[in-house]
Order: sequence, then C-alpha cells, then structure tokens
Amino acid sequence: MDKKTEASNLSVKEIQEKSKIKSYKNDVKKTLYMDYVFEQSPKSSHWKNMFWAFLIGGLICSIGQVIIDLFVQGGVETKQASMYTSCILVAVAACATGLGIYDKLGRFAGAGSTIPITGFSNAVVAPAIEFKSEGMIYGLAAKMFNVAGPVVVNGVFVSTIIALIYLIFGV
Amino acid sequence: MMWLNILKAFLMGGFICLLGQILINLTHLTNGKILVTFLIAGAILQAFNLYQPLIDTFGAGASVPISGFGCSLVNGAVEGARAEGVFGAIKGGLEACAPGIATAIIFGYVNALIFSPRTKKK
Repeated sequence: MDKKTEASNLSVKEIQEKSKIKSYKNDVKKTLYMDYVFEQSPKSSHWKNMFWAFLIGGLICSIGQVIIDLFVQGGVETKQASMYTSCILVAVAACATGLGIYDKLGRFAGAGSTIPITGFSNAVVAPAIEFKSEGMIYGLAAKMFNVAGPVVVNGVFVSTIIALIYLIFGV
Repeated sequence: MMWLNILKAFLMGGFICLLGQILINLTHLTNGKILVTFLIAGAILQAFNLYQPLIDTFGAGASVPISGFGCSLVNGAVEGARAEGVFGAIKGGLEACAPGIATAIIFGYVNALIFSPRTKKK
C-alpha cells in the first residue's frame, strides 16, 4: 500500500514538473495529460471513417428506400409511405440499441449511424437504458430526451419561426 | 426501376453521412450537436424550398437522414400556417413529426424495461 501511494505521489509530481517544462518550452499550455489523452484515444484515419460513414449511411437509406417502395407498391401514397418507413426504421433501431447491436455499428460507422433517423432513435433509447438504475421517472423517463430533447426543441423552434415568417410576408 | 431508386437513395444518404463524418473529423462535435446541426440545416434549406426537391429525386436518401426530419417539421408548420394561421404554425411542425417521435418514445420505453445496461468493452 505504502509503495503504491509513493509511486502515485511521485508520478503526480513528475507529471506536474514535466508539464511545466513543456509549457515553458513550447510556450503553449499543453499539459502532459493532454498528451496522454491523445496517446490513448484510438487513432483511426479520416479516410477510413469517411468510407464507413458513406457505406453504412447509404445502406440505412437504401433499406428505407426498399420499405418505401414496398409500401408504394402496396398502394400507399409516397408521403405516407415515407412517414411509415421512418417509424419502422426508428422501431428497428430502438430494438437494435437494446440488443447492443447499434452501439457496435456506431463504433466504426460514426456519422453513418448518427445522422439517419435511426441515430435519433438510438439517442433516445441508449440513455433510457443506461439511466434505468436511477429510477423510472428521473432516470429512464427524464434521461430519455437527454440528446433527443435538444433536437426536438430546436426543430420546433426553428420550424415555427420559419412558418411565422412565411405568414407575415404572405409567401 | 426499383434498383435505380435504391441506388439513388444509397448515394444521397451516403453523401449526407459523409458530410457529417467530415464535420466530425474536423470539429470533434458530439452526436447531439451533429444531430441538431443537420436538423437545422435541413429546416433552413426547406425554408427556401430547396430540400423537398432532393426528397422528390432521391427518396429515402434525403428523407431518412435527420435533415429530412427538419424538412418535414418546416413543411408541417408552413402547411399549418397556411390553413389555420398562427395556431396552425405552432401546431403543424410537431404534428408532422409526431409519428417518429412517438415511436421512438414507445419503443425506447419498452426496450429500457426489457434490457439492462451493458458494460462497454474496449
């Protein structure tokens, strides 16, 4: 125990000293901690990220297109079909989040899994599951809109303002 | 014909997600900020009636990304404003998006009841 505490004390001192030296040398407030963060954070090339985002995002949208086409073939109007399709995608993504599949997908797909409507669904479901332990009301129900809340708030605000501008200028 | 639709949806959807990934790579924005940014971008494009043509051409490629959500919010609000004035403008946006949000809430609740949190593996 004593050795451990000593070691940790030493390392803290070392870190402080080194960070002082570094900031002095580079004239930038770059601490050793930031170096450590950059070392530890996974390095993935931008090109690879972009490729996966394009592929997965495109795949999710083409699945959506298949569902829309099936609805249209079944005699549903295109506008309605696209609404039903987003509901189905949201439902599927919610279940995939619960099963832990969507999380794995998001690790390499990045924006490809965030930007489609499925990412919105994931943003609702993931915190709901995560904060279940904090209770049904202040945990599950409150944290459900942790990320999705800002989306809805901003969306409603902006769209109402735009509609009011249309109304005022009589477009 | 169906395959062409799917290809168009793939290309446009991929392109929008690619833009998002470039934005993440350059600025390290978090998921929530990316979602809000694209939602507002879609809403503002639709304010100038620029996003609906994309949906008409590329189908799900433009309507499935969150910017399509913003577009349908604006469409709903503007249609409401034309039909019922100020109260229509307030009502219309959420009305248009209610199915998606309600589905997310219902399935989110059910899934949260069924599943317990997983420990994140590295």
